[in-house]
Amino acid sequence: MNMKNDVNPGALDAADQSTDNDGVITERSAFQRILTVTVGPIIAAFVLSAIILMLVGVNPLTYYGYILERSLFSELGLEQTATRMAPLLFLCASLIIAFRAGIWNLGTDGQFLLGAVFAAATAPLLVGVLPGWAVLLVGFVLAAVVGAVWSIIPALLKAYQGVNEIVTTLMMSFLGVLLASTLVKLAFRDPSTTVPQTRTLPVDDRLPRLFDTSISSGLIWGLIAVLAVHLMMTRTAFGLRLRMVGANPAAATHAGLSVPLLTMATFALSAGFAGLSGATEILGVAGNVRANWNPAYGLMVIPLVFLARFHGVGSIVLVFFYSALLIGSESAARRLSVPQDFTLVLVACLLICLGLGEYIDQRKRKKER
Amino acid sequence: MGGLLTEAFLSSLLTGAIVAAIPVLLAGLGEQMSEKAGVLNIGIEGMMLMGAYMGFLVAFETNSLWMGFLGGILGGVLTAVVMAVLCVRLGLNQIVIGIGLTLGVEGLTALLHHFQFSRTYPRLPAPERLNIPWLTDLPIIGPSLFGRHMLVYLALLAVVVLAMLYRRTNLGMTLRAAGERPAALDVAGGNVLGIRVFVVLFTGAMAGLGGAYLANIGAGLFIPFMTGGAGFIGIVLAMLARGRPLWVLIGSLIFGAALSLTTALQVAGSNIPTDVIQMLPFAAVMLVLVLYGRRAKLPAALGAAYERGAR
Amino acid sequence: METQTDLPPKAAAGLIGVHGVTKRFPGVIAVNNVSLTFHPGEVHVLLGENGAGKSTLVGILSGIQEPDEGHLSLVGKKTRLASPLASLEAGISTVFQHSMLVPTLTVFENLILGAPWYDRPPRARVAARMEELKREFGLSLPLDAITGELSLGQQQQIEIARALLRDSKVLILDEATSMLTPQGAQELGERMQHLAKSGLAVIFITHKLSEAYRYGNRISVLKQGALAGEIDPDELRSMSEDRAIEVIVRMMFGRETDGTSTEHRQSSARDETLLEVQDLATQGDADVLGVEGVSLAIRAGEILGVAGIDGNGQKQLAEALAGQRPAMSGRVVLGGEDITQASVAQRRLRGLRYLTDDRLEEGSVGAFPVSENTVLKDIGQPPYWVNGIERPNRIAQHARDLIQKFSVKTPNETTPIGRLSGGNIQKVLLGRELSGEARVVVFNKPTYGLDLQNIDTSRQRIAEIAERGLGVVLISTDLDELMALSDRIAVMEGGRVRGIVQNDGSGEALRLRIGRMMAGEDEQELATA
Repeated sequence: MNMKNDVNPGALDAADQSTDNDGVITERSAFQRILTVTVGPIIAAFVLSAIILMLVGVNPLTYYGYILERSLFSELGLEQTATRMAPLLFLCASLIIAFRAGIWNLGTDGQFLLGAVFAAATAPLLVGVLPGWAVLLVGFVLAAVVGAVWSIIPALLKAYQGVNEIVTTLMMSFLGVLLASTLVKLAFRDPSTTVPQTRTLPVDDRLPRLFDTSISSGLIWGLIAVLAVHLMMTRTAFGLRLRMVGANPAAATHAGLSVPLLTMATFALSAGFAGLSGATEILGVAGNVRANWNPAYGLMVIPLVFLARFHGVGSIVLVFFYSALLIGSESAARRLSVPQDFTLVLVACLLICLGLGEYIDQRKRKKER
Repeated sequence: MGGLLTEAFLSSLLTGAIVAAIPVLLAGLGEQMSEKAGVLNIGIEGMMLMGAYMGFLVAFETNSLWMGFLGGILGGVLTAVVMAVLCVRLGLNQIVIGIGLTLGVEGLTALLHHFQFSRTYPRLPAPERLNIPWLTDLPIIGPSLFGRHMLVYLALLAVVVLAMLYRRTNLGMTLRAAGERPAALDVAGGNVLGIRVFVVLFTGAMAGLGGAYLANIGAGLFIPFMTGGAGFIGIVLAMLARGRPLWVLIGSLIFGAALSLTTALQVAGSNIPTDVIQMLPFAAVMLVLVLYGRRAKLPAALGAAYERGAR
Repeated sequence: METQTDLPPKAAAGLIGVHGVTKRFPGVIAVNNVSLTFHPGEVHVLLGENGAGKSTLVGILSGIQEPDEGHLSLVGKKTRLASPLASLEAGISTVFQHSMLVPTLTVFENLILGAPWYDRPPRARVAARMEELKREFGLSLPLDAITGELSLGQQQQIEIARALLRDSKVLILDEATSMLTPQGAQELGERMQHLAKSGLAVIFITHKLSEAYRYGNRISVLKQGALAGEIDPDELRSMSEDRAIEVIVRMMFGRETDGTSTEHRQSSARDETLLEVQDLATQGDADVLGVEGVSLAIRAGEILGVAGIDGNGQKQLAEALAGQRPAMSGRVVLGGEDITQASVAQRRLRGLRYLTDDRLEEGSVGAFPVSENTVLKDIGQPPYWVNGIERPNRIAQHARDLIQKFSVKTPNETTPIGRLSGGNIQKVLLGRELSGEARVVVFNKPTYGLDLQNIDTSRQRIAEIAERGLGVVLISTDLDELMALSDRIAVMEGGRVRGIVQNDGSGEALRLRIGRMMAGEDEQELATA
């Protein structure tokens, strides 16, 4: 997570282009580096969070232990954790594409919700008209298309006008969240309920559950999505083109790539996956969208993907732990009376500590030159 | 609709508009200065929330609204210090740290509030209001315009003072130089990092004060996550206002009025969702960006850390 | 030219001194043990090619960089300039090569940039001073205009006026004429002399020989970061322009005794024409010079050298040949096939290759491993990709072969290329361009910034490529290199080809003739002179 000195996330690991005379930098021992940039900061973050817990009078060991027990060492907790992972994984896929291609897609929340709302509006109407698998397929495809459409304006502005996508995607995200809520209240409202919400997809028509558990099969699709995106970005010609645009647009032009077209493709794919994420949550778990529902997963997943350094497997691991943290802390909120929002503190501490670690590492490397 | 236009309705509409406008006005003024100088402060939401929390806590403990406002400023500034150190001094990514700070403050305030007040949500006593003989007694506008808390007038004064500073001193030009071409300011002998640290802290103070107003005057209590995107509205206002404090004021009043109108309409039984009205400021920003594209007046170096001699 | 007749005898120490200054950047020694003294009342020209260390020296004097070794002195006293502010306070003002104005501010605001934020803008005072400057130096500026809307010449005047408003004692002008029209440059020259007479020390950085003679009182020549020679005022005044240019050319490009192979190569040119360029033109803009009316023909086995001082359209020509920059008019024909409209990839497939001069920013992606960098121009092509899927083993094998064949020093093919030295990156890029069926290779400054050993190997490779029957376009700012390798040499100036000369290895006479064309004289004029 090379966060220094660059607004362009794709160039994050390109920042350090050091050279010396005819050879390679004498590295400090790899062990020391890992200590400064990963292990050290993670320990520091947990210690920092523990101190905060102690300050409010909670024994951090009890708390951490309880979370582990509830989320990972109980069958129900583990199932809940696995189910929670599905939408987060699709968002990881979305952000891995964007960040590796040098695009700050901060609009995943809007894309997510619009995808969710359109899937929720269509799927129940198709039940009985189409076979079950086709209903789900239509829902997913529609969500992806809607998500992608919602990114067209930022994409065009970025590709052909050079307008900063941080601002445009953020604005479109707020618009999307509000539009989704409006649609639920007006166009897609279920006439048979008093609370504004969409029609509900019957439990039997949702994504099947895995074996005898309560885990939604959305988890499998989410894992496939992240791994597929990871392989696409690292193992295919298309992925390399996207990464090249992200890391060094001038070199991409030099090699004959069309930077604007690849930028458009990045937006479409990233936003499409965000839409899919919304559909998984609806078609897999919730069944409908209530007005003003916004889990705001998008902003939350950004730090995770960053901490995983845009790596697919790394993201899956972090999403697993984060889901466990969410499930565990929801339980802890009831039993230990520590609000579940504490997870936010932990993630923020991690982010800051890892940023500092990166900074210290760069300082040391500069000194060695 | 004639029945709607009663004196009480209009008066509450205007009051609601002002109450809703002041927090985003303060945040917008802060963010405006920050964006001028090239720092896109996405952590403003967190600064505002911290201000709301500290503002409420101090006011509750000291029984003084004014001490509460000081507490709010302090809360915002403390959060801003983290941002200034990490993003300006160390040059870490402004976006990631901004998002991280906001999330962290959301968690931290919820946690602290929970342990201090459990689930009791204590309220502050109703704030004392300005009472100007004659003016306050005017129909409709009297109580809503002239019977508000002193801070409302201080916020308006801030608009005037900032506008004056930007026009009459070298401040505006120095900020714009730091945002457009920091290297040019540096070689002309200006202190780019110093200015950027200052604007981050200033944004923290203003957002913190706005948050404290939201908690102490607007709601009379602290609720976790209570800012609910008001900081981001501040970012929007700052972008639409293109560097002019007066436009931030106009924007925040329109925002406040729209919010207040939808609440009033809902009370009156209309079924237009508030969301439609709330979409307007964001839609306006997008419209401006689409129309002016490349020439949209975002500072050239917005979001980029500055390091001397880096190529 | 008469100068400094009425000046007091100057102190031996001068106004500012640079003493044994060395500055290193990763991979290069930008300034190597340079000592200079700048005197009031003089226009002191620092002359040298791109990369000779001029800009680094400017950076050191203006407080942007600090030297690694050596020190500066101010009126004989050792001093440190740790920040731009320190430099300004020492009375040194700099007009940088790239405008250091804020384009969205008014002229007036740019003039007072850096003033304390709480002060009121000193409008009346500045207006009065500007009136004085108008009378004394003919500097006339619209104070309320938006800076970005003014011409580059006017913008430069703002920077000069700013220096004068600060009562500077030293004025540094870095490549100040590069953006000006000939008349503008002439005016600037006169203004510099005027300023020097008023007692300032003017430091004028340029790579143009004629300007150095016309506008300067003292000339110091920099070459590869070191001082290559100096002409003091008395000496300079006694020389004719021709004589001065001859002396300078010798200092800048003179026969090197550093052991690189500069012996004239035996021509391997055949009759078959491989690449033909007819009347090619590209679009120029405020930042980039366009090329115009360029016609060239390259035969198989021939090396066509392109000489010229850096920034005279060579890079744009190379990019237009490679397909990176669209042609406005004219034709490019490769082996009888019109490729004017072909894309970069199509041209590459047909055997036209381009080795960029910008290894780090354009040629490679520093964070990517060496192996990926070897195939960046073949993304999606077999055998490295099959149906769009990467074949990592094929790529790694290709990279290992290339590493061995071109003796690239790297731990292995998975090392990020940004960690290698410039010379090794260059070898990788060269290997990339030569892989597959290459027919014509365009080299842009292939040995720029390399150490001697790598320069030698690179030149040998270029010669070998031509002997294999490929056509070579060799763009270089190093005249020795061109004279050693080329069959013919085209000289570019101001976006045009000023002439093409047969390289008979005839030494001094040819060298001087090329030098004159580089200074902007047409071949025809030279022939008739």
